[in-house]
This record gives sequence, C-alpha cells and structure tokens, in this order.
Amino acid sequence: MTEIKKHRSDTKMVPVPSHSIVPERDVNEIPVLETRHLGIEFGGLKAVDDFNLTIGKTEIAGLIGPNGAGKTTVFNLLTKVYEPTSGAVLVNGQDLHGMTIVQASKLGIARTFQNIRLFDKMTVEENVRIGLHNQIRYDMFSGILRLPRYWKQEKRQHERAMELLDIFGMQNLADEVSGSLPYGAQRRLEIVRALATDPKLLLLDEPAAGMNPHETEELMENIAKIRDQFQIAILLIEHDMSLVMGVCEGICVLNFGRVIAKGTADEIQANPDVIEAYLGKKKEG
Amino acid sequence: MQPFLDFLVGFLNQLVNGISLGSIYAIIALGYTMVYGIAKMLNFAHGDVIMVGAYISYCAFQYWGLSPLASVLTAMVFCTVLGVIIERLAYRPLRQATSLAVLITAIGMSYLLQNIALLIFKSDFKNYPKEIINVPSLTASLYGRELKVSGVSIVTIVTTIVIMVLLTLFINRTKLGKAMRCVSEDRGAAELMGISVNKTISVTFAIGSALAAIAAVLLCSAQWNFDPYTGSMPGIKAFTAAVFGGIGSIPGAMLGGVLLGVIEILGGAYISTQLSDAIVFLVLIIILLVKPSGLLGKQIREKV
Amino acid sequence: MNAKKKKLIYNAVTFGLVTVAFVVCRLLDSMNLMSRSFGGQLIPICCWIVMAVSLNLVVGISGELSLGHAGFMGIGAFTGIIFSGWMQHAFNVQDTTVRLIVAIIAGAVFSGIAGTLIGIPVLRLKGDYLAIVTLAFSEIIRSLINCLYVSVDGKRLAFGFLDSKLPGRLLLNGPNGAVSVDIIATFSAGFILIMITLFIVLNLTNSRSGRAIQAIRDSRIAAESVGINVTKYRMMAFVTSAMLAGAAGALFGLNFNSLAPSKFQFTQSINVLVFVVLGGIGNILGSVISATALTILPEMLRDFGQYRMLIYAIVLILVMLVTNNPLLRSFFDRLIAPVKSLFHEKKPSEPDFKGGDTQ
Repeated sequence: MTEIKKHRSDTKMVPVPSHSIVPERDVNEIPVLETRHLGIEFGGLKAVDDFNLTIGKTEIAGLIGPNGAGKTTVFNLLTKVYEPTSGAVLVNGQDLHGMTIVQASKLGIARTFQNIRLFDKMTVEENVRIGLHNQIRYDMFSGILRLPRYWKQEKRQHERAMELLDIFGMQNLADEVSGSLPYGAQRRLEIVRALATDPKLLLLDEPAAGMNPHETEELMENIAKIRDQFQIAILLIEHDMSLVMGVCEGICVLNFGRVIAKGTADEIQANPDVIEAYLGKKKEG
Repeated sequence: MQPFLDFLVGFLNQLVNGISLGSIYAIIALGYTMVYGIAKMLNFAHGDVIMVGAYISYCAFQYWGLSPLASVLTAMVFCTVLGVIIERLAYRPLRQATSLAVLITAIGMSYLLQNIALLIFKSDFKNYPKEIINVPSLTASLYGRELKVSGVSIVTIVTTIVIMVLLTLFINRTKLGKAMRCVSEDRGAAELMGISVNKTISVTFAIGSALAAIAAVLLCSAQWNFDPYTGSMPGIKAFTAAVFGGIGSIPGAMLGGVLLGVIEILGGAYISTQLSDAIVFLVLIIILLVKPSGLLGKQIREKV
Repeated sequence: MNAKKKKLIYNAVTFGLVTVAFVVCRLLDSMNLMSRSFGGQLIPICCWIVMAVSLNLVVGISGELSLGHAGFMGIGAFTGIIFSGWMQHAFNVQDTTVRLIVAIIAGAVFSGIAGTLIGIPVLRLKGDYLAIVTLAFSEIIRSLINCLYVSVDGKRLAFGFLDSKLPGRLLLNGPNGAVSVDIIATFSAGFILIMITLFIVLNLTNSRSGRAIQAIRDSRIAAESVGINVTKYRMMAFVTSAMLAGAAGALFGLNFNSLAPSKFQFTQSINVLVFVVLGGIGNILGSVISATALTILPEMLRDFGQYRMLIYAIVLILVMLVTNNPLLRSFFDRLIAPVKSLFHEKKPSEPDFKGGDTQ
C-alpha cells in the first residue's frame, strides 16, 4: 500500500452523548450537525435507517461505504431534497423538520453534487455570484433601473467572487463559460459556489471523482485550507481512500443504509466489519 | 318524475354523443401519445395528417369512384406513407437536436400541409359524403322517450374498441411492439440490444398516421364538412386528451380522449356551447394540478 | 475580449440597431419613399418585436416553454381598447397620447394580474406539461373574451357575459370583438415600447434577479441548494413577460378599426415562438431581427400570391434542418466560411439550448 500523506493534525476525538465522536476542540460548542435516528423509505425499501451522526463545529468528517450504501441519500436528507420518513436533522441545534431546500441553505448547509450541476451556460464568475445570491442582495427594481444600490452591490459581488475564486487560483477563468471548463475545474468551481453561500456545513459529494492523483493531492490541501480559513465543518463522501484517510478526522461507514462503524481513520482501517463490507466475508476454513 | 325522466334520457343521449366524439379524440390521441412516448417529440403536424386523410378519402369516394371501404383504405395507405415520409425528411435529421427545434419543425410541417391543401382544394368548406359511413341509426325507447344513437356513433365506438384491442395486442404480444416499448423506455439501451431505433420510430409514425386517417373519416362523417384547417383544433384537443390521460400511456390516451369528448359535449349541452372549449381546458388544468403526470402517467422522480 | 465587455457591446448594438431602424423608417416615410403596405406594417412589427422579446424572457432566459403568449396579448389588446374607449366616450379625453399611454399601462397591468393568477398553478409544472397548460389557459382567455360584451353607459362601464343587451355605446361585442375602434397607436409609441422592453429585459438579465432566473433554468436543484427561491424567480420572469405582452397587445389593439378575439388563437402564440427560436433562444437581438424579418417576409412574398405561406413553411423547415442537423450545419458552415472570415474573428461555437425538459 502506498503511503498516505496526511493533511490532518492528529486530532484527539472524544465521544459525545449521541454515540458519536467529535474533535476535542469542538466538544464545548453546539455541534453543527446532529442527526437522530434519521431514516427514509422508498416504497417499503429502507434506503437509510437509524442514521446517527454528530459533526463538530470545525470537523472534517468523511462518509464512506460501498456503492449503493445510501451516502448520497443521506446528503439529500440533510439538504431537504428528501423529507425523512423518520428521525430528525439538527443544524446548529435547529430542527430542519418541514423545511425546504432553500431554508436549509439559509441555515448554512451548502453542497456539491456527485454529477456536477453547474449553471453551465453562464460564466465562472456568474456561477459564484449566484452562490452569493443571499449574501449580497439588491431587489429587482434596483437591477432594472440601475439604481445606485445596483452598482454598489454588483461591485461587492464581483470583489467577493474574485476572493472566493482565488482559493483555487481560478481568478483567470472568471470569464470562461463554466460548461466548457475541464472536469477538475468544474468540481472546484462547485465548491467555490457552495462556499459563496457562507455555509456552516459544507457537504462534498465525491469531490475527487475524475481527478488525477496530483489534483486529488491538491484538493486535499485545499479542503484543509478551507476549514482553517472559514472555520466551518466539512462532510465529504469519497471513494478515494487516500483522500478520506488523509484529511478526515471522524469517519462514518455506511452499508445497506445503516451505520456499521464510526471512528478515526486508524480505527476504521482496522475495523473487521468495514473490511467485510468492502471486500466481502472471508470464507471460514 | 316526468322532468327527471326527460332529463335522464336527454342526458343519456348527450352522453352517447360525448363518448362518440371522445372516441375520435382517443384515436387521434393515440397517434400523439405513441409518437411522444417513442420519439419524445410533440408532433404538431399530426392534426394536419387528419386533414389530409379527410381530403384523400373524399377524393377517392367522390372523384375516383372507389367504394366507401376502399376510400378509407386509400386514405389510410396515403397517410401512412405521408407520416413515414415526414418523419424521414423532417424529423429524423433532428434526432440529436433540441426538443424545441423539433417542435418548430413540426409546426413548419403543419403549415406546409395546410398550405398545400389550400392550394389544391381552396379554403372553402367541402361537404363530406354521408355515404362513406352508411349505417342506420339505432333507436330505443326508454320510458316512452327516444334514445337515439346515430350510425356514425355506432361505427365510431365499435372502431375505437377494435383499435384499442388490436393495438394493445400489438404492443404486448408482437416483437415489434416490444421493441417499441423498449425504445420508449430507454432509447440508448434499446439500441445496444440491437433494436433499430429508426425503424421503430418509422413504424410508430406509420401506425399513428393510419389511425389519423381513420379518425379523419369518423370526424368528418360526424361533423359533415371540412376545410384545410379541420385537423388543427381536434389535433390540439386530442393532444390535450393525451396529456390528460398521461402522455406516453396508451390506455391513458383512450381514457383521456373519451373523458374529453364527454366533458365537451356535456359542458356544451348543460353550461354553454360557447364555453365548451374553455371547460375542456379548465378540466385539463385541474387534473394536471392534482396529478401532474396525467391520470395514468408515471411519476418520474428526479435523481439528485 | 472579456465577457462583460461583450455584453456591453451586445446591448449597445441592440439598442443602436433599433434606433437606427426607427430613424431610417421615419426618414423614408417623410420622403414618401415607403410603400403603403410596408408603412401599415410598422406598428404591428413593433408589437411582434415586443412579443418576441418578452417570450424570449420566458423561453430563453427562464427556460420554460410557454405556448400561451397570445392570450396575454389578447388581454392587453381588449383592456387597452376598453380603457381608450371609456376615456374617450365617458370622460371626453381627446388627447390621443394620454389615452394611448393609459391604455398601454392598463393592458400591461391587467395582463400582469392574469399572468400572476395563471403563473401560480402553471409554474408548478414543468416541460411539456407546462407548455400544454399555458396553451390551455390562453384558449380559455380567448373563449372568455368571446363571451364578453362591454359598453360605455354614461360614466360607467357595463359588462355582460353571454349577454349582449347592454345600455349605451358598445365597445366589445362578443365573438365580433371590438368594433369601430379609434385608431390611436403610433409608430413612435411602438419604438418607445420596444426600447422600454429591451431596457427591462436586458437589465433584468444582467442583474442578481436575472442571474437567479437563469440559474433555475440551468439546474433547478443546484439553484435551490444555493438558496434561490425558485417559485419567486420563475414567477418574476413569467409575470414580467406577461406584462410586456399586454402592453404590446394594447398597442396592437389600438392600431385596427376592429379586432376579433379569434386573432389571439394559439396559432398566434406559435408564430411568436417561431420568432424566438429562429432568432436564437435567449438571444434578445436575434428575437428583434427575426420578428421584423418574419413579419416583413410574407409581405415581400405578396408577389407570389397564394404560394407565399407555402414558401414560408418550407423556409421554416429548411432553416431548422440546416441550423440543427450536425451534417447539414457543418456543410453550410464550410459554404459560408470564406464570407464569414471577412467579417469576423473566429469564435468558438456556443453551447446549444436544451429543451425545458432535459432534467
């Protein structure tokens, strides 16, 4: 096995009452995310069942599991794309019950998508400006009549968008049509757009998919950098274990819609249930 | 009691008229719904194929001296060929294009057919020969009141039932029918399985157009006259019927068509003839709001 | 060239071209160089331009296929006629400019109200379902106007539904529509209306709200996930478009001596959609040019008599085939490449619009 380059300081993880662990530094804060017995059924099939997870205020957490384990479904539950059939989601202690996707976004959840969903006929800068929709505002009439507020806020949007693009060094691409960017750049732009909404919790759905090892390495650095700079929590779904083990502090393993293990990278790697879920059961003999 | 019986028998008479008109819509709607299901396009020219069918059957009977049955068959053959040619020339080159581009092409095709008909036959109404469907009407007595079903209505309803049965058998039992269902479900996968998508779409257009010719004969026999714009409004209403029932669904088209005809006739009889179209469209809107994919349509969840 | 500069130039060209065309038409007219039939087309052309640009706001910018735009035009037309007639006969307002302005505003407002009422249910649907329901609504509007009788009785308006026995002077006569309308529409008003429409649509597109509208078009779920209220912004585009169509309708209605509700059948909506698609989805300048060209074209083909609509249909089909079939397109591109290279620097092809139902 190739050596995994670590981008995590060896965080001490401590248990919290809801059967989860969070970094020691976050233990006295309200967790950014807490799910309680979260579950959803599609026509009798339990896609996610009794899902409990707590994420600390500045934690980088990983959600892993074999294909079809229900990882993206969890994201859809957290962002209110689906309404859960059981259990609750709490963001900063506030119950998301009955909320819409937009309300969840306003509470501070932002996400990227497994199959990239950029506004692909618009430029890179416009994509980020759309992310700033609820941050730097002015109304329709100021926009049509070009009132002073329009010019002022447009300038602020532009400056903020450039700042955000700078995280990934994408300022020079600002005027490109986003749909024409290479794959990796599109994934990075999605992250920038999500950051523009000023989230408390950033959900990344397979951020390294389609990236080469070098790009993945860079992404890892950037994920750590984003957390340090914005002081937010990040939950990521990823199949690239070098990334997960390299950057995630707490890891949650999902199989058939249920949590089969929780722990630090070292604990997860040694967990027999996890090895079984990924590699199948060893024949007795 | 007497006024109630008057009302009841009157209502039954109107209901039969409604079912008869609705059956015609159903046949047209089948053409729309099959093409939509398989080629994923709104064939705006479908209504005008009906109009062509009306003129061909009219000419065959009036000028070429064919028998009623032969006239209908001629119209069916002509429309089938026309439908396939339209698909070949105008729609097939746009298979990769956007749905809006195909829609506009279909609109262009609709204009084209109308204007060719205008050039050849002029814009005046022609009387449709009553002899093509020459079946005596059925009269029954109910509580001493007359319940009358016209010959055209009988033929229409019987024809529709036969078409429905044959089409269901075709779709479910034959290889070609199964191929159509495959293409409708997933064009790419069907192609990988060795199904010729082009051939399947051609067959769909052929069937839809042949049905349009039958609908033309029934429609014109029921309303007695026609002109180059005859197909336009029934076409739109039949399309509405297809959406009503759940577009892409064959039983849905039948149900939607019949319901639409009944609503139109009853609305016209008991509310206002001038408002019957408005009532039809209003019911469509209400149904779509309650059930956004139509009565028998499948709800597709967006994958995130 | 960067994107912002490109947009500025595009907007300047759009406004400039319309102004130049207006001035040229005015000059030709003052020198009596304009044919009668063409002169009569000027105001309708203005109306169709406004219709096309406003429909493009819904179809191109917002990405919803609407087949009911003529319904809003109809509301605007008859509202405008009623207001103009009311002011003239009840309050003796003889100043045609005042009446025209009030009529156009009234048309826009009433059409906007209808757009709001229709938009609430319609915008819950998507794709082809939305298309058919907009068509259904416009046909309902037409049927209702067909049954509507309005007259001026003293100072007040009298309304009759399916009831033609009204006191006073009849303004709206059921299926016959408006009769003996005082023609007060002017070409200058048409020009101003186009400029206002362009100003609203272009500025809206390049603003926070406009970007939200376009975001919803490109990916509804992503737009929601960054906190954009989808219903609000789809409504904004739909109602703005309806109001502009209403204003165009009022101008159109006051340009004819009589006007029947059948003028606003769904075929009229489809004509406007043809303008939008041929001019380029989302391309405002394209809508202006194609609405002008396609209104003049049948007039220019008048010499071909009965063949003109046939030619129109064939041209329409051929244009769609040439612009959308990859093989034919590359063939034609090669054919006109030498000509093109004389005028333009090479630029990459733009991404196509995918129909409203791709997701």
